[in-house]
Amino acid sequence: MVFNIELPHVGESVTEAVIGKWLKAPGDQIEKYDPLVEVTTDKVNMDVPSPATGVLTRILAEEGETVPMGSVIAEMEAADGSVSVGQDAGETAEPTSSPAAGLAGRIGTVVQGANVGPTGGEFLDTSLSAAPNTPGVAASSQAASASPASPKARQKGFSPVVTRLAAQHGIELSSLVGTGLGGRVTKKDVLAAAENGDSGAGAAVQPQLDGVSNDDQVIVPSPIRRMIANHMVKSMSEIPHAWSAIEVDVTGMVEWRSASKDSFESEHGVRLTYLPITLSVVAEALKTNPRLNSSWIDGNIVLKNAINVGVAVAAEEGLVVPVVRGANEASLVELAGKLSGVVDRARSGSMTLDDVQGGTFTLNNTGSLGSVWGGAIINHPQAAILTTEAIVKRPVVISENGADSVVVRSMMNICLSFDHRIVDGAEASEFLQSVKSGLEAITLSSDLK
Amino acid sequence: MPEQTVIEAVRDTMRNEMRRDDTVILLGEDVGSRGGVFLASDGLIEEFGENRVIDTPLAESLICGVALGAAVNGLRPIAEIQFADFMWPAINQLIGEASKVRYGTNGVKTAPMTVRVPYGGGVRGGLYHSQSIEVLFAHTPGLSVVAPATPYDAKGLLASAIRSNDPVIVLEHKRTYRLVKGEVPSEDYTIPIGKAEIKRPGTDLTIFTYGLMVHYSLQAAEMAAANGIDVEVLDLRTLRPLDADAIAESASRTGKALIVQEDTPAVSISSEVAAIIGERCFFDLDGPITRLGPPELPPMPFSPIQEAAFMPSPEKIHTAITKLAEI
Repeated sequence: MVFNIELPHVGESVTEAVIGKWLKAPGDQIEKYDPLVEVTTDKVNMDVPSPATGVLTRILAEEGETVPMGSVIAEMEAADGSVSVGQDAGETAEPTSSPAAGLAGRIGTVVQGANVGPTGGEFLDTSLSAAPNTPGVAASSQAASASPASPKARQKGFSPVVTRLAAQHGIELSSLVGTGLGGRVTKKDVLAAAENGDSGAGAAVQPQLDGVSNDDQVIVPSPIRRMIANHMVKSMSEIPHAWSAIEVDVTGMVEWRSASKDSFESEHGVRLTYLPITLSVVAEALKTNPRLNSSWIDGNIVLKNAINVGVAVAAEEGLVVPVVRGANEASLVELAGKLSGVVDRARSGSMTLDDVQGGTFTLNNTGSLGSVWGGAIINHPQAAILTTEAIVKRPVVISENGADSVVVRSMMNICLSFDHRIVDGAEASEFLQSVKSGLEAITLSSDLK
Repeated sequence: MPEQTVIEAVRDTMRNEMRRDDTVILLGEDVGSRGGVFLASDGLIEEFGENRVIDTPLAESLICGVALGAAVNGLRPIAEIQFADFMWPAINQLIGEASKVRYGTNGVKTAPMTVRVPYGGGVRGGLYHSQSIEVLFAHTPGLSVVAPATPYDAKGLLASAIRSNDPVIVLEHKRTYRLVKGEVPSEDYTIPIGKAEIKRPGTDLTIFTYGLMVHYSLQAAEMAAANGIDVEVLDLRTLRPLDADAIAESASRTGKALIVQEDTPAVSISSEVAAIIGERCFFDLDGPITRLGPPELPPMPFSPIQEAAFMPSPEKIHTAITKLAEI
């Protein structure tokens, strides 16, 4: 029999597809489930399998053509008894197969042309095939009662089993890449994460990698690497970043630190680095520029009362950001002590949840790596991140009593990335100026504690 | 192994049981000289005579009432209802009386009667030859209700029903009578009432169903398999008591439940299955419990177009599978 091959429905939201390469030509003998044609939708690329065994007779949709799902894209001469898709059940001659041994025979087959009439009379089942097939209408009205809430709710929600398994295996759900509808994390995703986590491989979902040759090495990211990746994507895709940078003359700070570091260490038992000094100045600047210490939450700007500054630390397994709480209320000595504690815990991988939660702003000391300029990614959902770059000696023009002269000064760039929804360039610059003046106010004679 | 249709399995089982046990009798409209409207009792009156194969008037209350009286007094009657659609006059005899015999006599009397009922549509039977009537009986404590989908199950469950000491309603989907053919061992066997069977093991979701829809669901599962979706099909087989353990085990394992039935969904078998899954499997669910059934209309339409639109089909089930699997 001649049989229409339709573009199969692959999901409710997919309405059309672009026909790709035909893998079979008219005249080709094809087996049921043989790939017939490549198609591309806005969601997936796939091969359309042959619905039956037979010979392909005509191609009706050319390569590059966009066609609605369900349209007839080809015709085939189907071998007897091989058609089951799209036909009335009564016509299906093929046995319903079952993998369980012995079960298939007991379930039995559907007999072609069986007499299903109420009185054992003349009503042959084949006559039903004349009835138009209207699955679309009926299915949509019937399945409607089963529809779960809105798509949005579905994306946000974790199903009971997902929640339970995640708790059981200690999996952070926000770190998983969901393969369900709208990126929902499914039971399979959690189980895969649990399995890979136990074996140390750490991938929630094994991606299908296009364009990977045998020479290439594929590294399956660790859970923390994946979490960092997700966090970065979230931040960059949600927050409109803007950048600003300013030069700071830190000659005084360098001199003061140089003069004080030995006595500081012997007196307080903590090494004096530039970090607690800048942290203290930044915390003070945040107090006078509260918009930089805020979050954009559901269309509102939420100013944070606490000033908890996260400090980016390069730990062995990746970037971590331990938080110094109440940075504006702590003395320099306290800040140095707190920093030394959290940085040690970060580097040794022994941070507590408390160490990483509740940050309101992030300080990123890329200067220690020799960087002089950078555009950092904001630590979502904070409003901004400040990088302190390398302190370098440079010839600088300074004006004194109306006369310009070139002198050697210790200079440091500070770079700010800010959420442009919350803050405009003017406010960002004000904040940078606050930090600059705070740092430049430090001199050899300062009495910092 | 010999293959039989459902109707052949029913006929052989009745013959075997009547040979095995002299107290088994058969009564109903046209069951004697006509051999039954579906020929289920063809040849039985010749073998067992008019005292054991009894043609009755066109009165379902009488058929079930006489069967109940005979059962309480020591026989094992099989009452044949010609079409489920005409069963309503016998409601009092079954729900009002037969279900209560054991309880009402404190176990002194029981009612070992079987009521065979051809039900269901998709046979162009229209308003009065297509109904699904299972809910009313499945709701009634004191009755058992079985709904075999295959010749094998038809034999095993009918034998269990006839040998049961309490009333059993045997629902035979009339579209499967000659549509489904399968292996039936000639030796004696029974299938316990209250046990479901996994007709197709799978991992991604479970279809809970019974009757004709077992076959449609199996076909839909094959379509889904072509798209990489591994569907389990659980045949409830007994509608009262439902095999809650098997239902919960499968739903917990796959995490997604699709309940398919030919009967309208409101307050139905699918409602009960959904309730069992909700009560017992909540922390194992990975998707909404989903039901597929016909629209809430009073009858199965007669027009072939409308009948096809009304009935769940393999294609509609496949659509529901895809939707639930994608969530």
